[in-house]
Amino acid sequence: MRAEDILVPTPAGLWSPAAEVHIDPVRPVPRALITHGHSDHARAGHGAVLATADTLAIMAARYGADFAGTTQAVGYGETGRIGGATVTFFPAGHCLGSAQILLEAGGQRVVVSGDYKRERDPTCAPFELVRCDVFVTEATFGLPVFRFPPAADEIARLLGSLALFPDRTHMLGAYSLGKAQRLIALLREAGYDRPIHLHGAMVSLCRLYEERGVPLGPLSPVEGRAGGREKAALPGEIVLCPPSTLGDRWSRRFADPVSSFASGWMRVRARARQRGVELPLVVSDHADWEDLCTTVAETGASEIWVTHGEEDALVHWCLTHGIAARPLRLVGYGDEEESTVAAEPEVPA
Amino acid sequence: MTPFAELLDRLAFEPRRNAKLALMEAFFREVPDPERGFALAALTGGLVFQHAKGGLIRGLIAERVDPMLFALSYDYVGDLSETVALMWPERPGRNAPPPALSEVVEGLSNSGKAALPGLLAGWLDGLDETGRWALLKLITGGLRVGVSARLAKAAVARLGPVDADAVEEVWHGLAPPYLQLFAWVEGRGAAPASVDPAPFRPPMLAQPLDEAELDALDPAAFRAEWKWDGIRVQAACGTAADGRRVARLYSRTGEDVSAAFPDLLGLLEFDGAVDGELLIVREGRVEPFSVLQQRLNRKAVSPKLMAEFPPRIRAYDLLAENGEDLRALPFDARRQRLEAFVAKRGGPAFDLSPLVAFDDWDALAAIRADPAGAAGAGVDAEAVEGLMLKRGDSTYVPGRPKGPWFKWKRDPKTVDAVLMYAQRGHGKRSSFYSDYTFGVWRTGEAGDELVPVGKAYFGFTDEELAQLDKFVRANTTNRFGPVREVVHEAAKGLVLEVAFEGLQRSTRHKSGVAMRFPRIARIRWDKPPGEADRLETLEKLLPA
Repeated sequence: MRAEDILVPTPAGLWSPAAEVHIDPVRPVPRALITHGHSDHARAGHGAVLATADTLAIMAARYGADFAGTTQAVGYGETGRIGGATVTFFPAGHCLGSAQILLEAGGQRVVVSGDYKRERDPTCAPFELVRCDVFVTEATFGLPVFRFPPAADEIARLLGSLALFPDRTHMLGAYSLGKAQRLIALLREAGYDRPIHLHGAMVSLCRLYEERGVPLGPLSPVEGRAGGREKAALPGEIVLCPPSTLGDRWSRRFADPVSSFASGWMRVRARARQRGVELPLVVSDHADWEDLCTTVAETGASEIWVTHGEEDALVHWCLTHGIAARPLRLVGYGDEEESTVAAEPEVPA
Repeated sequence: MTPFAELLDRLAFEPRRNAKLALMEAFFREVPDPERGFALAALTGGLVFQHAKGGLIRGLIAERVDPMLFALSYDYVGDLSETVALMWPERPGRNAPPPALSEVVEGLSNSGKAALPGLLAGWLDGLDETGRWALLKLITGGLRVGVSARLAKAAVARLGPVDADAVEEVWHGLAPPYLQLFAWVEGRGAAPASVDPAPFRPPMLAQPLDEAELDALDPAAFRAEWKWDGIRVQAACGTAADGRRVARLYSRTGEDVSAAFPDLLGLLEFDGAVDGELLIVREGRVEPFSVLQQRLNRKAVSPKLMAEFPPRIRAYDLLAENGEDLRALPFDARRQRLEAFVAKRGGPAFDLSPLVAFDDWDALAAIRADPAGAAGAGVDAEAVEGLMLKRGDSTYVPGRPKGPWFKWKRDPKTVDAVLMYAQRGHGKRSSFYSDYTFGVWRTGEAGDELVPVGKAYFGFTDEELAQLDKFVRANTTNRFGPVREVVHEAAKGLVLEVAFEGLQRSTRHKSGVAMRFPRIARIRWDKPPGEADRLETLEKLLPA
């Protein structure tokens, strides 16, 4: 059996002929496997959805309980048979519930890794290496310029700025699913025990994380409407907000706010400047260049398929290291995030 | 190096002018001599190293990383220094202290070509990412942290009761690390004594005219001049204390550009300062900017180049004469002095920019619309890009004050063109597809075809940039290295309304035409590419 009988790229997303399912499809399909809850991977309107219980809970919180015809939860490491293939979910370390999906048929092992990272994250299960024949990877940060510092060092920079500007509100822009909760958990690990203030868009997902067993410490929703009368609110406090609200009318109520943004894109200065970010924090839930290369090599895969991102460099690296690789150039993942990062990123980085 | 690197890093992320000033002021207060002086030199573009250039950096990185990965990374980041700073392989266990800025400056200035690579590599190994970035910025020049030389000098002035313009006027007699300057502004020493006989005087700039405001302005209070399409220069001449003649040509920003115009310098024999436009004049006729550009873009100034492109200053203001500062005089009085001065001293080096007579705004608008007409600029009409309005009572004030001077440019020409190729930008736009090549229709062998007529990389908002970038990514049909070909068919593609200032014949472009100053005026999401303009429309705009 060839790898293409197990998995092929189609306009709707990755399709497994053997199992007759799509993985993270971008259009409504009869049967879908979902790697994780981010909106470019988990969309509403499929017939039947198989995902981890955490991912199903996230989808229900975002799209409503009727986001799919039927749903079925699967635990990490549980193997099930779908059509002519066996399917197993493994932790991807990207966000709560995120999974890599192993498809096996005719002695071939294909892993669809979804989005993943190798760095420690207190809010989700750590990445588990799965040896395979074909490894399907993203390459959002697939360039050697993306080497991320330890997240704890970036948190220390945020706390350093708070000490330097004790009268200024620190507006920390972060994607509301995954990044926000990870930043809170990292702040707690660094000994920050003050209430962390939340933009309304952050509240429900933080609550969901706590309900599913991830403690986040004292949280306090920011009250009041945009354009309200309050001025110079919350001096010296951390306000976690969607990146699009940085520099927005909503932020005017705070005390001389410091605009901060936690994202892998902040590794490149121009990206931070394009957004008017004063305190860029290089914290990402994606693998950086070193981790992409390490992972590709460690899976032992003889062939690498790169779904999207900066695929040229990663493909080149694979080829120069004796590993066959090809870009799939899937549309609908991440690309949107990169193109809109100046305006309003809807997808995490 | 570390305090300087941290300053640059913070300046790069600080958009507010006043906050930038405060950051620099704090730095100059805290950091001792000579470190702060070298930092000032770096911020004002005063450090140029003979052997340490971009090529040195490229050589070092080429020995350390895969060339293809470097090319892809550089294309993405859009900045050589930052790319190398990010990619430089860390050497775990290395424990050398980072170098001081003064050590770096001395090392780069005094080391021979052969020693430089080893020296630089050692420093890069000892620095963190921010330090590497700052060091490489220093070498490649152009720090790009949003600080002009003038802003840096203003920050120095804040150390004491000294005016920023006063710093400006002693500036050209000073050299890094500016010990005397700091001593003076901090009240520890006398003003730098060696007053430059040919100093730069910060120029007065005009506000763009909002035509809606025209009715509120009194035409009798204003004088009109042609706005020439050359480069603004200041010619300053004087005699030094030792009797030596000094003549300099400055750009608008105070950069000394004398070396590019030795032919012009040799003809300047007055004592004073003339504000005017540098133009190329051949056979009694001012050439358009595209001709001037051919002289500006050369590295070596050969006799052939000088003969082929004779420069002249078209004078419109006189700032000083025989030691007398005229800037406090009203425009009308300065104009009288200027006319007398040019009558006596003018010639091949400089002539007078005439006043344009008018009775009311309507009459002036008619002249502006047709510089080639009866009341126009005659044979020089091609080099006119509009009008300047200056109040007769305006004193000469540095900067861009609102009210006394206005520029009233000609309306741009526009064309509807089709987006054909896109490339990633540099600087602020890096990693976005922000450089657009566009084309218009012409009749080809196999029916209508698009032919590229120009390239534009500004004119759009950040929001529009995000939309354009998204369009390029979603509609790529081909990739040629850093360039993406974008779908361009009669029914599929994107029409851009391109504004431009003028059109020239060109043998370098396939279309035979070249645009001056093209920019995106509007994105025509509504217009099918088949309805974009044709080459014949552009050809009608070519000068006869």
